[in-house]
Formats: sequence, C-alpha cells, structure tokens
Amino acid sequence: MTLALFFFYVFSIIAVASALMVIASRNPVHSVLFLILCFVNAAGLFMLAGAEFLALILIVVYVGAVAVLFLFVTMMLDVDFASLRQGMLQYAPVGVVIGVILLLELLLVGGSYVVAPQVTASSVVPINAAIDNTHALGQVLYTRYVFLFQGAGAVLLVAMVGAIVLTLQHKPNVKRQNIAHQTQRKRSEATELVKVKSGQGI
Amino acid sequence: MLDAAGIGLGHYLTVAAILFTLGVFGIFLNRKNIIIILMSVELILLAVNINFVAFSAQLNDLAGQVFALLILTVAAAEAAIGLAILVIFYRNRGTIAVEDVNQLKG
Repeated sequence: MTLALFFFYVFSIIAVASALMVIASRNPVHSVLFLILCFVNAAGLFMLAGAEFLALILIVVYVGAVAVLFLFVTMMLDVDFASLRQGMLQYAPVGVVIGVILLLELLLVGGSYVVAPQVTASSVVPINAAIDNTHALGQVLYTRYVFLFQGAGAVLLVAMVGAIVLTLQHKPNVKRQNIAHQTQRKRSEATELVKVKSGQGI
Repeated sequence: MLDAAGIGLGHYLTVAAILFTLGVFGIFLNRKNIIIILMSVELILLAVNINFVAFSAQLNDLAGQVFALLILTVAAAEAAIGLAILVIFYRNRGTIAVEDVNQLKG
C-alpha cells in the first residue's frame, strides 16, 4: 500500500463517518461541526487527486463561510430541536430502502464505467504537469471560461443582495437619516421668531 | 492520472456514491429539521464535486475542476439564500419545523 492510498483511506473513512454523524447526531451544532470535519477531509481527497486550488477553496468557502453561516443560524434560532426529532425513525425504513437502491445503482454505474480510449487524447483543457494547479486553473478561468466565471460572480452578487434584502428589517422606533427630507427643509419651518419680553423667560 | 499512486477512479466514485447516499438518507431521516436538510444538500453537492474532480484527474482534463468551482459557487449562494429564508420564516412564525411551512400566503 502506497502512502497516497493510505491517506486516501484515512480521508475517505473520516469523511464518510462524519457525514453519517451529520445526519445522525442529536444536536444540530454537532451536525455542523461534523459537516466541517467532512469538508476538511474531502479537501484532503481533492488534494490527493491533484486539485490543490479546489481543496483550499473548499476549506476557505465551505468551512470559512458556509459552515460558519450554518453554525450562526443554528445557534441564533431558539428552537427546541428535540421536538423536531420526534417521529424520526418513522420514515427511516423508506429512506434506507431508497438509499440502498440509490447506492447500488451508483456503484453499478461506477463499476461498469469504461472510458473510451480516444477521450484522453481529446481533452478540452489538458492538464500540463509542468505548471502547478492554481496557475493552470487561472490560465483557463480568465480566458476560456471567463463568461462562466463572470456568471458565477453574478450568482454570488444576486445571492448576497437577496440575502440582505430578505433579512433586512426596519424597526419602527429607529430614527434614520432622510437626506431628501433634510435638504428640503425651509427656513420658515425650521426656525421660529419669538419676541421675549425683557425680564421674563420663554 | 489517478492510477499512478494506486488510487483508482473507482475509489473516488465509491466515496462520492456513499456521501451522496448519506445526503439523500439524511433528508429522509431528518424530515422535520430544515437545517439538517440543508446540510444534507451540501453533502450531496460535495459528492458531485468529488466526482467532478476525480474524473478531471482521470481524464487529464482541467475543465472538470472549473465546473467543480462553479458548483462550489452555486452551493455557497444556495446556502446563503436558504438560511436567509429560514431566518425570516422563523421571525414570522416562531418555528422552523417543515410541517409548519404550509401557508402559501405573503
């Protein structure tokens, strides 16, 4: 067994076990933490496959942003999670049956899969072993796939604006600055001339 | 190529298939808790990404990694929007149980 194969088994066993704990653990906070463990091990699998950039992006995006978002929402919502687990095993047999069928189908497809011999010669973007992964990815991402890259950026922008619009709330008693209102103020409605008799206050 | 280190394409496809199945099973198992359902969807997308990267390495083609990058983007956007909807639903109804999501009114 080579060292790479050993690490492959370590990463994949931990990833599968933590994925199982994601769906089976009682506390949703533990689920999020196991999700982070699963992502980190999947990043290890990516690294073994030679996709270094994607592995590190997976850690930055998933562990740094998505999983922390999940953790934040899970801890912010004051929900009785125990009540959500009632009747959990009611649909488990159906889930097991569908899961086993799905797994068998996937393994059958994966097991009987044969790459046509001419495919390697006709790669869209052949991997050049002389330059590193990030460099090669950057070379195609900004040239050949620039529209997809811009589209991904647009998706993220729309998601960001959507999330802000959805969660922004205006409370009624909070005073806010209204610039149009400020600039339209006239002297007549802002000031008042009061004649004060001498020796008396207002 | 993947086979140089003794790790074949089948290894990666098996791990991805198991992760995908666990994600689908999680949706059935936690059908009341929408946070776990969203996490299961993330697991499914991760399995798809593993498949893309494995085929990219096997076929010696960088396009698969570009696609995996795009899936990563879409998954992040989906998680952000899903959690935002979850937060405003909780603010309006005080619950996040899936069976209480039954009012199709503004």
